[in-house]
Amino acid sequence: MPEDFTLSVNGRAQSVRCDRETPLLYVLRNDLGLLGSRFGCGLGLCGACNVLLDDRVVQSCDTPIWTVGSSDVTTVEALGTAEEPGVLQQSFIDHQAAQCGFCMSGILVSATALLRRSPDADESEIRSALDGNLCRCGSHNRIVRAVLASRRATSASDGAAR
Amino acid sequence: MTATSTGPAQSPSLAANPRLADWLTFAADGTVIVHTGKVELGQGILTALTQIVADELDVSPARIRIAAASTNDAPDEGYTSGSLSVQHSGAALRQVCAEVRVACRAAAAAVMGIDADELTPVDGVFSSPAASVSYWQLPTAALLDRTTDGQADAKAPSAYRYVGSSEPRIDLPAKLTGTPCYLGDLVLPAQLHARVVRPASRGATLIEAPTVRVEALDGVHRVVRQGDFLAVVGDREETAIRGAQLLADDAYWDETDTLPDEATLSAFLHEAPHQTETLFESGNEPADCETAHRVTAVFSRPYLAHGSIGTSTAIARWDAGVLQVWTSSQGIYHLRSAIARALDLDDSAIVVQHVESAGCYGHNGADDAAFDAALLAHAIPGRPIRVVWSRQDELGWSPLGPAMRVHIDAATDSDGRVCSWHHEIWSNGHTSRPGPNASPGLLGHAHQQRIDFPPALDPPLPRGGGSGRNGVAGYSFARQLVRTHRLTTMPLRTSAMRALGAHLNVFAIESVMDDLAAAAGRDPLEFRLAHLDDARGRRVLQLAAERGGWGTAGPAPGVERGIGYARYKGVGAYCAVIAEVEALDDVRVRRLTIVADVGGVINPDGVINQIEGGAIQSMSWTLKERIRFDRRRITSDTWESYPIVTFSEVPEVDVVVVPSRDPSVGAGEASVGPTAAALGNALAAVVGVRVRELPLNRDAIVRAIQAE
Repeated sequence: MPEDFTLSVNGRAQSVRCDRETPLLYVLRNDLGLLGSRFGCGLGLCGACNVLLDDRVVQSCDTPIWTVGSSDVTTVEALGTAEEPGVLQQSFIDHQAAQCGFCMSGILVSATALLRRSPDADESEIRSALDGNLCRCGSHNRIVRAVLASRRATSASDGAAR
Repeated sequence: MTATSTGPAQSPSLAANPRLADWLTFAADGTVIVHTGKVELGQGILTALTQIVADELDVSPARIRIAAASTNDAPDEGYTSGSLSVQHSGAALRQVCAEVRVACRAAAAAVMGIDADELTPVDGVFSSPAASVSYWQLPTAALLDRTTDGQADAKAPSAYRYVGSSEPRIDLPAKLTGTPCYLGDLVLPAQLHARVVRPASRGATLIEAPTVRVEALDGVHRVVRQGDFLAVVGDREETAIRGAQLLADDAYWDETDTLPDEATLSAFLHEAPHQTETLFESGNEPADCETAHRVTAVFSRPYLAHGSIGTSTAIARWDAGVLQVWTSSQGIYHLRSAIARALDLDDSAIVVQHVESAGCYGHNGADDAAFDAALLAHAIPGRPIRVVWSRQDELGWSPLGPAMRVHIDAATDSDGRVCSWHHEIWSNGHTSRPGPNASPGLLGHAHQQRIDFPPALDPPLPRGGGSGRNGVAGYSFARQLVRTHRLTTMPLRTSAMRALGAHLNVFAIESVMDDLAAAAGRDPLEFRLAHLDDARGRRVLQLAAERGGWGTAGPAPGVERGIGYARYKGVGAYCAVIAEVEALDDVRVRRLTIVADVGGVINPDGVINQIEGGAIQSMSWTLKERIRFDRRRITSDTWESYPIVTFSEVPEVDVVVVPSRDPSVGAGEASVGPTAAALGNALAAVVGVRVRELPLNRDAIVRAIQAE
């Protein structure tokens, strides 16, 4: 049975009508047109769909819409745009830290959450924080270098707010 | 391979598509539209091609647009595979652009009434002190309406401005900011969402598919059943998913055991019906090959999954007698023929358009998904049908990298030289790509028609080989015999996956080289160099050894080094790897040092990225990965049951690409075999026994110790 839900996504109130078990990922992509969070496994095991609920990283493919409640949803779209990338995104571009790029939205979200709670995170903390994000192309080390290099800049400006 | 000229004969792509206008269009907005049949798979090819075009035309990269490949207007370049895109498309574009530059220069000079030799374009504009004419002011449509004549000379490398420099990838800003850019992000008006319900197991036949519960779901548009092909089409994505779950739960299948016993897979490969071919034979065993030392060994790898982070996806629409398909296939023209055969349509009624998707490392489910969408669109005219595979179907039903078994029997003489080398390979074929074959080679078609796939084949050795890829050792041995035994039965569908047979063949060859060296009390590096005449091969080995600390004490107690080397396909890139490995509760890699020679480099950073990515993926296969199955189905169908390497497990990787003026060869697959080999050799040094069964995990080590 479809129900009405009101969400706060990237600072904007949004209304959707859907079944209460609908994964947040499909609401973001198909109802709100936020296509940056990507489907990878549907089981919360790869991180391609990662978003923030307040400051917590969740797998949006595995998060029913009814559990979101009044939490603020932050997606990769809030971190910057291709024309005006956020600090963390710019660091990824500077390091050419991607191959196919499909896993990147989730990785950027995970890294943003890490740097918010731990602005001085060292390499091993960064790797641990990204262990829930799978990358098949083998761009791991570039990604870690990009996060390391962005640490001070990101915490100073807060990645999410750019 | 000694040719350095860039005549048209060098690129098969140009030979097949000789008309200049098929490759380039000068658009009214001051841009150059490049048409290529090669597609972006995450490897950065579009950036590399942009650099080549920019240099050869003297146009800034910002003016260059690469058109999405479509069967409407792209040159037919076969598949984007085998690390051949720079050799094929790059060489073709280089020649085409050189001819266009020369022709346009002459035309501009005629307009300006001066000698063409006085003109050099700057960002597309030919200028003299008196006047200037740009490409866009010339009648390029007429000038390009001819076939290549091979007359114009491409630039000398010393004149390159963009080629050879690490230009940033043109596609990354979008991909790093969540901008819609993948096939799954394509939204067409009035599209419907579909999910396919695969058979309950391999070879299962559908008895009954009750649809009562599915059709009662709000928003279910249609249940499609054709033969054993079942799908649910809904207005919303989650409706299609829920409907497919219900349908799968309610369907009855007749199932039988069709798969071999996983526990004895290597023995199955050895005993299954097969076709034997002598791949290579050279020399005679010297009479005095009285075998100072002999090594006889059996190596194996399991089936492997592509494991792209995105799942196979497609959209199709059947409207007014035209089937439009959006796909991430590696071969749009071949896919079009296969769909045409499968749906009994003319090629001319189908347009196949490439859209990028997640990383592609070979023949994955992309073509199958395209057929799923095509079949459903054909059944539901007028609406775009979007198909996205589940992760379980991706890991459970995509074509697999074949399981393999290799025997090597080798001996050294009293001088410590290899006098006899005999390499035998058992494997399913490494290609079953769709195309204009008797069988279209598409999963949904096989289910719809209730037919089996014909066993996969191997490309012939001159095209790189399949099972036998890198089966011929690049060392000088007095006697070498290599035979393949390609299975003529195919319990699990196999096809091309990055590096094909080179993964296990190089692992096996390099393991035996180490064992022979050890038996003779020789250093593994020195033993290889003593059997390697090729100067470029020697150079990468020596540089890797130097950089990787070969011959010095390990970085820590319990950490050992191993070495691995190969020239990809015997004619491609040279690559040497030094691995540092320790064995704690499991095998742990500390560092990989890699030196590669890929000939002339278009984009150094792009090559480093590809070499490193290939090494990390190979490390994941070699240490962790194994398709699991029971007698009926693949059971490793999630990331929990099919784990791949994680961030914390990835070691430091140091990649050096040596400068070279030799012809460009691909980089994407070169590091796969040597990395596996270096890991195996380092592990043998750490644990003191040779582990010959992949993956090199704790279980395999224990079995190797017990067998010792």
